[in-house]
Amino acid sequence: MVSPILELTDINKSFGHVQANKKINLKINKGTIHGIIGENGAGKSTLMSIVFGLYQANSGSIKINGKEINLRSPRDSIINGIGMVHQHFMLVENFTVLENIILGFEGETVFGEKLQKAKEDLEKLCKTYNFNIDLDATISDLSVGFRQRVEILKSLYRGAEILILDEPTGVLTPQEVDELFKILRSLKDEGKTIVLITHKLIEIMDLTSEVSVMRQGEMVGHTKTEDTSKEQLAEMMVGRSVLLRVDKKEIKKGETIFKVNNLSVKDDLDVTRVKDVNLEICSGEILGIAGVTGNGQTELLEALSGIRKVESGSIELFGEKISDQNNFLNPRMLKEKGLAHVPEDRQRMGLIGDFKAYENLIFGYHDQEPYSKSAILNNKEITEYSNKVMQEYDVRPNSPNLITSNFSGGNQQKIILSRELNENPKVLLVGQPTRGVDIGAIEFIHQRLIDMRDKGAAILLASVELDEILSLSDRIIVMFDGKIVGEKENKNVTDRELGLLMAGVA
Amino acid sequence: MEFLSDIASLINSTLRISTPLVFAAMAGIFAERSGVIDFSLEGKMLMAAFVAAVGSYYLGNPWLGLLLAIIVCVCLSMLHGFASVTHKGDQVVSCVAINILIIGLTTALAAAWFGQAGLTPTLNENQRFLEIHLPFADALRDIPVIGTLYSDILSGHYVFVYLAYLSVPLVFWIVFKTSFGLRLRAVGENPSAVDTAGINVFTMRYKALAINGVLIAFAGAHLSTAVNANFFREMSAGRGYLALAAMIFGKWHPKTALIACLLFGFTDALQIRLQGVELPAIGEIPVQLIQALPYILTVVLLAGFVGKAIAPNAIGQPYIKER
Repeated sequence: MVSPILELTDINKSFGHVQANKKINLKINKGTIHGIIGENGAGKSTLMSIVFGLYQANSGSIKINGKEINLRSPRDSIINGIGMVHQHFMLVENFTVLENIILGFEGETVFGEKLQKAKEDLEKLCKTYNFNIDLDATISDLSVGFRQRVEILKSLYRGAEILILDEPTGVLTPQEVDELFKILRSLKDEGKTIVLITHKLIEIMDLTSEVSVMRQGEMVGHTKTEDTSKEQLAEMMVGRSVLLRVDKKEIKKGETIFKVNNLSVKDDLDVTRVKDVNLEICSGEILGIAGVTGNGQTELLEALSGIRKVESGSIELFGEKISDQNNFLNPRMLKEKGLAHVPEDRQRMGLIGDFKAYENLIFGYHDQEPYSKSAILNNKEITEYSNKVMQEYDVRPNSPNLITSNFSGGNQQKIILSRELNENPKVLLVGQPTRGVDIGAIEFIHQRLIDMRDKGAAILLASVELDEILSLSDRIIVMFDGKIVGEKENKNVTDRELGLLMAGVA
Repeated sequence: MEFLSDIASLINSTLRISTPLVFAAMAGIFAERSGVIDFSLEGKMLMAAFVAAVGSYYLGNPWLGLLLAIIVCVCLSMLHGFASVTHKGDQVVSCVAINILIIGLTTALAAAWFGQAGLTPTLNENQRFLEIHLPFADALRDIPVIGTLYSDILSGHYVFVYLAYLSVPLVFWIVFKTSFGLRLRAVGENPSAVDTAGINVFTMRYKALAINGVLIAFAGAHLSTAVNANFFREMSAGRGYLALAAMIFGKWHPKTALIACLLFGFTDALQIRLQGVELPAIGEIPVQLIQALPYILTVVLLAGFVGKAIAPNAIGQPYIKER
């Protein structure tokens, strides 16, 4: 009988009126990889932040190795052998690896002997786990995968026996994920306990031996991984059965309607982020752009949607040149020509968070009939339309008067989609359509995109989720360092092949 | 020979004029490295000048005046911290409030206590700091170069001048060679990283602000109990802002901030020297124009000659742990 190394009993936590954790019970056994799965906002991160001492529970108890402990700050947790790798890395970018790791555990007032000792210890740790990290490198020079290793190394150096990882694979290429899993398995073999928080079912099946499922702040089930399946876990997460595969009809490809020639784009810091990109999209086709975040996808989408100036090259819609370095159409003019855009960063560009839902639902069309007449908004018409469209898109809660930022990510995305799809665009640019969106809503959003495609729209889909690219696209291009490094028909392409291209090594 | 002594006196006054700037810039480095904007250097310097002058007038000892000024400035820093760290208020607004409060407060208190709005009684020799003459200054004066350097440039300053330039390496050492400094820099760059390392972000910021209060008190005391023998209305005259500019110009780094302070000090010394001087071909330059020199320099330097100043990443943002 294995004894639980970590035991949570009746943990409650609320933020204002929102109860993030309700009576959570959890037992984690020593030397296992334990998965905690749930949709965004299910309370997984909150629960683990409580274990890490970052938040304090309103009630409930935490036992480590059978002993009840009071965790008032991360320091208490670290001393008790808990380490956490956060989704957003907790690293100081302009510090070296060494400085980041010793921060808070310097062991001396003035740097000297202990710093040397720490360095030697860390070098040993790096060797043991084959980390290959240069301790004197500055964090900002390191790739995301390496930064994550620094985080793991930091926890190990601070004596972690239980290592919590919050959505560790969201920013990694498939190869980096393999490396990470290798590290986690070797840590497990050393006797460390690993808690993996994720919303990706495949990772749970791959890596864990036990899994706990959370839904809406509650723990809804525990099971051994070998006794369950992806479908069963998905159902537990969402509370109803979910279609994990997208049903897609055979492609009915039409003529080329959107064309990009030798496009280069600079970012705000005057760095060229899109380099000499050529692409074509036909009607009835979804073109997927795969790539690790920050390889020019953002700037490409911004240029195509008329938000960012084109440095050189041109963009054609129905054979008509709409943008080049001398002049470009603004988003409004593009909209009139039948181009719609679902921006990557929905809080910043897609919506006005402080506006009510009905305002965001018509924003951009607010000055057109029937929503307004002679510059005066027609509230009756708007309300009617909002009620109708929110029902159609299953936006929850179904109340147009609610402030937009109070909707969940998935429902915010539905609001944007309904607005952009409403006018039946000819070309649809979509960035990260399901980032931070729960499984139920993902299913819905994917189906809408497929419907648009079947209706003959040309769709450009940029996503860092390879699964999404693979399940929706008809054709896939891979961007690396601003360039298109590969193009493939989506037939028998594997995520490994794409991963190599994404990492710029193929 | 006259040219050499001209240069010597110019350097001498540069060192003196830069002194409050150096203290204020070092004070600013602590606050801003910890992620807290400090526009209130100006107000705190003014308050320190007032308190130091009043303190040593009543207590008869300028050191006690300085001590009082330190206490009051630390309290003001804590007030800034209470508003902007604990209660997460807007840091700039908090600073502006402190600055306005102090302009009024010093004027009103002087009127209430001494019957003159914004003026404190003149301090006698026992109540103020005097110039320190280094040993053998007179004897060595006649040795060429070394004599000038020692007797005319290094000797004969107020104690604050020496302390200011000694504070720079000390600040450098604290910020870059100690664990406190590491935490200080980290908390201004990424407070979440500090929090998850088990260090209290708020405590760190309060500590930084306390040091900030101590350092800025020296700047104020230098003005009212050393260079001058009383406090007068708005006597800090924008030096707090100038120091802040020097600190930004110096990229939040003690060494480069020192150079910037000296540069501002030098232009100020130069403008005093140039007043009433007939320049060949140009003639006499209007006093107002000359006096504006340091400020024009500030604008020009900050506007682009120094390249992009990269501030601590988390500056100006209150740390919010729970969503």
